[in-house]
Amino acid sequence: MSDKPITYSPDCKYTETHEWARQEGDLIVVGISDYAQNQLGDIVFVEMPPIGDTVQAGKAFSVIESVKAASDIYAPVSGTVAATNADVVNDPALVNQDAFGAGWLVKIRPSQPGEMDKLLDATAYQQKVEAGELK
Amino acid sequence: MTIVANKPEPIVYELGAPGRVGAVLPECDVPLTPLPAHLTREELPLPQVAEVDVVRHFTRLSQKNYCVDLGIYPLGSCTMKYNPKINEEAAKLDGFTALHPYQDPADAPGALQLMYELQEMLGEICGLPGVTLQPAAGAQGELTGILILHAYHRSRGETQRHKVLVPDSAHGTNPASSAMSGYQVVQVKSDARGNVDLDELRRLADHETVGLMLTNPNTLGLFEEHIREVCQIIHDVGGLVYGDGANLNALVGIARPGDLGIDVLHSNLHKTFAVPHGGGGPGAGAVLVRRDLAQFLPAPVVVKKGKQYAFATPKKSIGRVKSFYGNFLALVRAYVYLRLLGKEHLARVAEDAVINANYLLARLRNTYHAPFGDRRCKHEFVLTGTPFVEKYGVHTLDIAKRIQDYGFHPPTIYFPLTVPECLMIEPTETQSKESLDEFADALLAIAQEAAANPQILKDAPHTAPVTRLDDVKAAREPVLGYHS
Repeated sequence: MSDKPITYSPDCKYTETHEWARQEGDLIVVGISDYAQNQLGDIVFVEMPPIGDTVQAGKAFSVIESVKAASDIYAPVSGTVAATNADVVNDPALVNQDAFGAGWLVKIRPSQPGEMDKLLDATAYQQKVEAGELK
Repeated sequence: MTIVANKPEPIVYELGAPGRVGAVLPECDVPLTPLPAHLTREELPLPQVAEVDVVRHFTRLSQKNYCVDLGIYPLGSCTMKYNPKINEEAAKLDGFTALHPYQDPADAPGALQLMYELQEMLGEICGLPGVTLQPAAGAQGELTGILILHAYHRSRGETQRHKVLVPDSAHGTNPASSAMSGYQVVQVKSDARGNVDLDELRRLADHETVGLMLTNPNTLGLFEEHIREVCQIIHDVGGLVYGDGANLNALVGIARPGDLGIDVLHSNLHKTFAVPHGGGGPGAGAVLVRRDLAQFLPAPVVVKKGKQYAFATPKKSIGRVKSFYGNFLALVRAYVYLRLLGKEHLARVAEDAVINANYLLARLRNTYHAPFGDRRCKHEFVLTGTPFVEKYGVHTLDIAKRIQDYGFHPPTIYFPLTVPECLMIEPTETQSKESLDEFADALLAIAQEAAANPQILKDAPHTAPVTRLDDVKAAREPVLGYHS
C-alpha cells in the first residue's frame, strides 16, 4: 500500500463501489479509483470479461485480486464490452501505478443513454470517501 | 531454538547422493514378471537419501516451524487452541487405525457407536438434532448446508429462490459457498455497532431469498445483538438461517445456535473441538440441522436401533458429500475431547476463551485503536493499525512481521475487510495469563518501536529463518514446481 496522497481525476464519474467511468467518443472507459487501488494494495490478478459480453449497471463483470483481497468490479453503465486492457492482464501493477490512465480495465459501448449522469462527480465521490460513507 | 534452525534448509531432492538408499531389500523370492515396456522408464527422480538424512531434514524443518505446542497462535477466527495429547493417543488405537472403510459396518460397532455418540453430543451442544459428520472441513460443511437449503426449498416447490444474503462481517467462505452453489450473493451491511443492519436486512429479504449465512459471533468478534430478530426477518420471508459455526468456541456450553433461531450450522471440529489443524491434519466440518431438515442430510448417517448401531440413508438425502464416512480419525479426537470435558466443564471453554480475549483487548485498546472497543468482545476482537500509518508510515503488515521477532505467530491481518489495517486476534482459552501478558507486552513494545524506529518494523522479521518475503512477486509470478 502506497502512502502517496489519493487523487480524484476530475474528468471521471464515479460509482459508490469505487469504479470510475470516462466518456471517450462513443465508448465509456472504466477502471477502479485511486482510492480503491490504495485500499486493495498490490494488485496481482485482473480477470477480464470477453469482448462482446453484455454488462449491466451495478452488476459485477470482473474480478480484481490483490495480496489482501479479491473484489468484484461492478459496471458503472450498461452495455457491451468493446475492449479490454491486455496490458493490465500482463502487468496488474499498472492499476496501482496509474489507476486513471494506463490502469484502465475495459471500454463499454453504452446501451442506456443517461446512465453516466446518475454517477457521482469527482467532488461528491471524494466527499463520500473522506466522510467514511463508502466501504 | 538451536543454531541449525536458522540455516537455509535445502529441499529433500538436493540432499543425499546418487544411489544412497534408506533400506536394502532382500532378493526377490518369487518369479519376476516384467512390466510392459510402455509402463516403465529409465529415470525416476526420487530423493536418494538415507534414513538419517530424512530424519535430520524434517527435524530441522520442524525447528523452523511455529506451532501451538510452542506458544500462542492468535489467528483470528481460526481457533488455534492447544490440542490435548490424549486425543492423539486415542486416534492411534489399533481398533481405529486398522479399520477399513470397505469392511462390513457390523464388524466395527465401536466406530459406529463413537460416530453416533458424537452426532448426539454435537446435536445437543448446538440445539440442532440432525447431524452429519461427513464434510471434510468448514467450507465443505457450508456447501453441504447450502445444498440442504436448496433441497428444502425445492421440496416445497419454491424454485424461485435464488438469493443468499451474506453480512459483510461474515467469513469469506460464506459468499464463496453460495456462489459455488449457483446462487446470487447479496451483501448485507453492518451497522455502527457491528451488528447486521436490520433495516437493510428487511429491505433485502424477500420471496426470492434462499437464506442468510450468518457468522455469530461475527468476524469482528461481536455477538449479534439482534440475533432473534435477524432470524425472524429471514423466517418471515420463508428463508432459512445458515450459521457459520467457525466461531462456536465463544458459545459452547453457554448458548445453543438452534435456540437462537439458526436452522443449519456447520461446526469446525478442528477449531472448537480440538482436532489439530493448520497443517496438523485433516479437519472435520460436521453439519447440524433442525429436526425437520434431517431428512435431507448426506448419506449415510449413523442410527441406533435397540442396542445396535447402523448406517442409514435419510429419506430425501442430498447424497454423499465425501467418500466413506468423513475424516474418521478427526472425529475420534473430537469425541475424546468432548468426553474428557463432559457437559459439566464444556462451558469453561467458552468462558475462558471470552475472558482471555477481553483481557487482551483491555490491555491493548489504549495503544491500538479498537473500532468496537466499547463493546465486550467474544472469543476474538479486531484492532486497526490506521493511526500507525498516519503517524509513522507503519502498516499492519509491518507490525505482524515484527511480532515474529518476539517469538510469536502473528494474528490474522487485513480481515475482516470492513476494518482498514485490521489485526484480528483470537487467543483461545488455552493460554495462561502469563502467556497473554507476554503477547500483549510484545505488541505494546512494538507500538513504541513504531514511534522511535519505524524502520525496524518495515524490515522485520529479523530473526526468522527467512526475512521479508516478496508476496507480491510470488502472487504475480508464481513458481509452483521444483526444477533442478
